[in-house]
Amino acid sequence: MGWTGKILRIDLTNRTVKSEATNKEWAQQYLGQRGLATKYLVEEIDAKVDPLSPENKLIFATGPLTGTAASTGGRYSVITKGPLTNAIACSNSGGYWGAELKFAGWDMVILEGKASSPVYITIFDDKAEIRDGGDIWGTSVWHTDEWIKKRHQDPMIHVSGIGIAGEKQVLYSAIVNDLHRAAGRSGVGAVMGSKNVKAIAVRGTGGTKVRDGKAFLAATAAGKKVLQGNGVTGQGLPTYGTQVLMNVINEAGAMPTRNSRDVQFEGAHDISAEAMATPRKTDGKPNLLTNQACFGCTIACGRISKIDETHFTIKNKPEYWKASGGLEYEAAWALGSNTGVKDLEALTYVNFICNEQGLDPISFGATVSAAMELYELGILTKDMTGGIDLKFGSAEALVQCVELTGKGEGFGKELGLGSARLTAKHGRPELSMASKGQEFPAYDGRGIQGIGLAYATSNRGGCHLRGYTISSEIFGIPEKTDPLSTVGKAGLVKAFQDATAAVDSSGLCVFTTFAWTLNDIAPQVDAAIEGGWTPERLVEMGERIWNMERQFNNRAGFTAKDDSLPPRFLKEAAKTGPAKGLVSGLDTMLPEYYALRGWTKDGVPTNETISRLGL
Amino acid sequence: MLKALVIDPGKCTGCKQCEMACSYENELEFNVSKSRIRVFDFHEQGKMVPYTCTQCAEAWCQQACPVNAITTDAMGVKNVNDNICVGCKVCTIACPFGTINYNASTGKVIKCDLCQGSPACAEACPTAAITYQDVEQAGFDKMKQWAALAGAGEQTGAKAPVAKH
Repeated sequence: MGWTGKILRIDLTNRTVKSEATNKEWAQQYLGQRGLATKYLVEEIDAKVDPLSPENKLIFATGPLTGTAASTGGRYSVITKGPLTNAIACSNSGGYWGAELKFAGWDMVILEGKASSPVYITIFDDKAEIRDGGDIWGTSVWHTDEWIKKRHQDPMIHVSGIGIAGEKQVLYSAIVNDLHRAAGRSGVGAVMGSKNVKAIAVRGTGGTKVRDGKAFLAATAAGKKVLQGNGVTGQGLPTYGTQVLMNVINEAGAMPTRNSRDVQFEGAHDISAEAMATPRKTDGKPNLLTNQACFGCTIACGRISKIDETHFTIKNKPEYWKASGGLEYEAAWALGSNTGVKDLEALTYVNFICNEQGLDPISFGATVSAAMELYELGILTKDMTGGIDLKFGSAEALVQCVELTGKGEGFGKELGLGSARLTAKHGRPELSMASKGQEFPAYDGRGIQGIGLAYATSNRGGCHLRGYTISSEIFGIPEKTDPLSTVGKAGLVKAFQDATAAVDSSGLCVFTTFAWTLNDIAPQVDAAIEGGWTPERLVEMGERIWNMERQFNNRAGFTAKDDSLPPRFLKEAAKTGPAKGLVSGLDTMLPEYYALRGWTKDGVPTNETISRLGL
Repeated sequence: MLKALVIDPGKCTGCKQCEMACSYENELEFNVSKSRIRVFDFHEQGKMVPYTCTQCAEAWCQQACPVNAITTDAMGVKNVNDNICVGCKVCTIACPFGTINYNASTGKVIKCDLCQGSPACAEACPTAAITYQDVEQAGFDKMKQWAALAGAGEQTGAKAPVAKH
């Protein structure tokens, strides 16, 4: 019921596959997906393990609502120790792959060890096999998807895998499923590459049953109605995608621009949702073709775009003259505003390559941006970039960078290190806009104070999706707080972090929380599985997951000093917009946050906290 | 009044709520591989298209069935009678549209039966890409859009209904 009750464990070193029962006791404590898989990981690996060694494990996990009619119930997460951060990594993806894994009869897949040569894995219902991947190693995600479907003569197979970037262990390489949905962050693709696993192909013909069908249909129907009636999930996201944010965040003066030297981008409108929907001068067609949903999603925020065939990026490459995943806000910002590039077609092409070769566009764009600053300062030279004129605002340079990084070649090898290692290598670590080694996404911690604290304390390094305080600070969901103030932000961040950990463990998409609270989610979870799931129980579980992740990071060697922001946010005031003159108030928010969390001033959960949460 | 499922692929987002509703109605579990309606993703064109049985007036499946397992009800729906069907699959060959299929777990064929007059797929569709309408008026919405273009375009600012391409 909800859970399939089965976990697939694949030992790559010894080339064995086995089925084992899902630990039901843990499932009651950690629900599924992020929570449950993290519990397995922290129990099974040493926190100090090298993320790219065979001793690390890689878990693909669904939640109890994955593969059900709950709106957005198609998510899965990839859990491992991340090579970009050396911290816990948990990257979440949509598309159809997660539901297919559930339909094949599995709650999770655990990959352990390392294959002696490249392999791919097939899971056709209850039959799992490790197969020779020599023919697809060295090829893209897109080619691999096509090859596997052809090889097994089944177009209904769903594939999750890595491109050349993952094989070459680019430290922010992604795992991509269904061509353009990705478990994007923290370098989970590099871990897959380090294990010599190219892809997991899944086909399931079974179904998902729920505990109480009648209650489930009622709860999910009520939930869908709320999503439909909400301005953001009912209209904003389907029409504009997450790109609805571009002009809003720019006006709020919280748009990181040119490696966060600026907080507003003069070209924001050129790369916005509105620009994507406007017919191009060249061919009279808009960049955006349509929106698309992931499995079960009644919001449908996904973008499907087509690049202008005469654009310099693809005019001699007909293989890119087709529709594919278009720009989401984070990608448009990272590849655009953050590098100063305002060529929408170029950004769409770079995004295509990120999908095709499996790169996280946030960390990629932010690393290029840091490299551009080093180039401007004369620290990186044209000799060192292999001839790339790496100037802020250059679409040509950005395109060269993505082609090289996607294949881990030339200067792309340097960029593949991520901004923290790249800037440290050149003696300027302060120019990396990251926490715990992972680059920040598209919101500036000076113009939106709460998100700065969320970045600094995120268990997977700089990230907006561990505690999306933008909801409150910009949109007033569930209630409006002043983005320029630090007052109350510690509590806000904690509340968002705990609730998000619960959502990430359920099989649902966090975007539902623009409209849903745990009061909408709990009845759906409760009708699907045993356990008497209330909003209170979900929050408590979210807090338990957060602390479990924190304890892992502490064991891995992280301390309070890693809960930090780069000096630029703490010392250089915002130059324009509503936040002009402001720096991040992290120093005031952090002690308050530790106290609320029940942690010592060194950022360690107290014994009382540990026992209260049953850890 | 006869009613039919009317499908507007331009509104489909590919969420598969129709497939889940269909399988739950028929199988009491969420199982898209057992759905009588299927959404096909033509991703290179950016198009998602739901497709299912249209309840032909003179149905090939019905005419091909050697044991007369397929009957027509008052609403024109072609129903498979499981206690008569022998699982020979001849109907799956005869159907020009591929919308009647064999279910290996029961040994019978399955097809859309419009859920006895209240199709779960149409009910579940969040974008009205699938609606259940008077069969004789199924095209009227589309006609109206074209009519606006032909006759009242300037006043209404109407645009060709094929807005996506």
